[in-house]
Amino acid sequence: MIRAESLTREYGTLRAVDHISFTVQPGEVLGFLGPNGAGKTTTMRMMAGFVAPTSGRAEICGFSMEEQPLEAKRQLGYLPEGAPSYGEMTPRQFLAFIARIRGLEGDRRRSRLDDVIGRLQLGSVMDQRIETLSKGFRRRVGLAQAIIHDPPVLILDEPTDGLDPNQKHEVRELINAMAKDKIIVISTHILEEVDAVCTRAIIIAAGRIVADETPDALIRRSRYHNAVTLRFAAAAGLKTVAAELDALGSVEHVEIDEHARSVTAFPKDGAVIVTAVGDLAGARNWALEQLHLESGRLDEVFRSITEQEAAR
Amino acid sequence: MSAIRIIAARELRAYFATPLAYVFMVIFLALMGVFTFYIGGFYESEQANLSAFFNFHPWLYLFLVPAISMRLWAEERKSGNIELLMTLPVTTGQAVTGKFLAAWIFTAVTLALTFPIWITVNYLGDPDNGVILAAYLGSLLMAGGFLAIGSCISAANRNQVVAFIITVVICFLFLLAGFPLVLDFFSGWAPQALVDTIASLSFRTHFESISKGIIDLRDIIYFVMVISAWLYATVLVIELKKAD
Repeated sequence: MIRAESLTREYGTLRAVDHISFTVQPGEVLGFLGPNGAGKTTTMRMMAGFVAPTSGRAEICGFSMEEQPLEAKRQLGYLPEGAPSYGEMTPRQFLAFIARIRGLEGDRRRSRLDDVIGRLQLGSVMDQRIETLSKGFRRRVGLAQAIIHDPPVLILDEPTDGLDPNQKHEVRELINAMAKDKIIVISTHILEEVDAVCTRAIIIAAGRIVADETPDALIRRSRYHNAVTLRFAAAAGLKTVAAELDALGSVEHVEIDEHARSVTAFPKDGAVIVTAVGDLAGARNWALEQLHLESGRLDEVFRSITEQEAAR
Repeated sequence: MSAIRIIAARELRAYFATPLAYVFMVIFLALMGVFTFYIGGFYESEQANLSAFFNFHPWLYLFLVPAISMRLWAEERKSGNIELLMTLPVTTGQAVTGKFLAAWIFTAVTLALTFPIWITVNYLGDPDNGVILAAYLGSLLMAGGFLAIGSCISAANRNQVVAFIITVVICFLFLLAGFPLVLDFFSGWAPQALVDTIASLSFRTHFESISKGIIDLRDIIYFVMVISAWLYATVLVIELKKAD
């Protein structure tokens, strides 16, 4: 288990992180979300023992980062923001260095090296200098460094930043494959990622936790949750359709998007309206191109939560 | 202990991964030659010793050692690697010592490459090799002192050029402390005890007494303490400023 207890960090008069507390259990993948400058990186740096908190404490598997930093750091694989590594080294030298300093010896070191090289598909670049590698490879070298000692806790600051869609997918697969018995904390501002890998999401804004829920629960906060969007072949007659939908008892209100030739009906209190809307469309014989049930839009939830917080 | 060794080995390898190490060595050896033979008058003195050679070490180190030390921590901070290093299970003390040792070993290797001058003087005459060995030891200790100062200044600055300049200035003061230039300024009015204290802080005074062949424990302790104190200061600076 890892635990943040009222972590606070001040830079001069600026309070970058303001009394953040949470615990994460094995098997959980916690996604850290928030606008840039919200305090995600500072929080992760405090958890990893790079930044000392102004007050509060971080605990990794029962070891306090302040009192037993070496024991705590041994339990931890950490990918710093930007995935730094020694550019003049090759991935082989770099990973061997990290493995040595992590106390991996002999056969164990060889087998762990083989494992991470395979998992992150680094085989083809093992003997090139890291500074000559593409951003995607450098990020993967950083990830390899974080998991080489098979730690029970992984803290990854923007693990998929700078990767192309295929590489992002692979990294998510990797995280999912490791998620079963580990504690994983990732930060990201790619919201689809939260849906793809996280079992829990914490949104922070202005240094405070403003939401701590499962991704599903977050999505249900969206006003689009259970809304139904109908798209038409032609823009004519959208107003009539909107009026008819609005007349349905379970529909709260209707929005028209002329440009996309679509009408979206929002339900009252998250009610399920898709059957009613479908029946109506069938009865009126509308020239539908598409009928789409929205599950919710995470970006819209993210925006409304963080903007509320910023306005306070 | 092993963490220090692993860090030192990595660092040392990094020196030779770039042309920096070779450029440094060539410049160091070339300047050594120029100073010894042209300015020091090694042949003209017609003495079978290496004082013409060792006399210039403090001045060479003044500019060359900060060139090595400036990157020790400044680069680490600038590249963000300090975050990687400081979140590995190593103490700040181990990291500081490891990096310092790598720089010191590198300097020792460079110094060892001046061996042709030792062969030369043995070929030409019959020098006291004990004195020469002592002078090499003193030179290495002095280089360690300069490096430790540079390590601390490098830890305090993200910019390598700034680190270089500040290190040169501080090393210069440590050197000059034993010169009449500084001592005369004090000797007119200050009590003799203070003048002696300032003189005793001089790298040059201690280096010269060792290089005369007198290995006094006090001189060695002096350098060991200077190195320890500045390395300890490096640890404090890093703890304080690592994330800035």
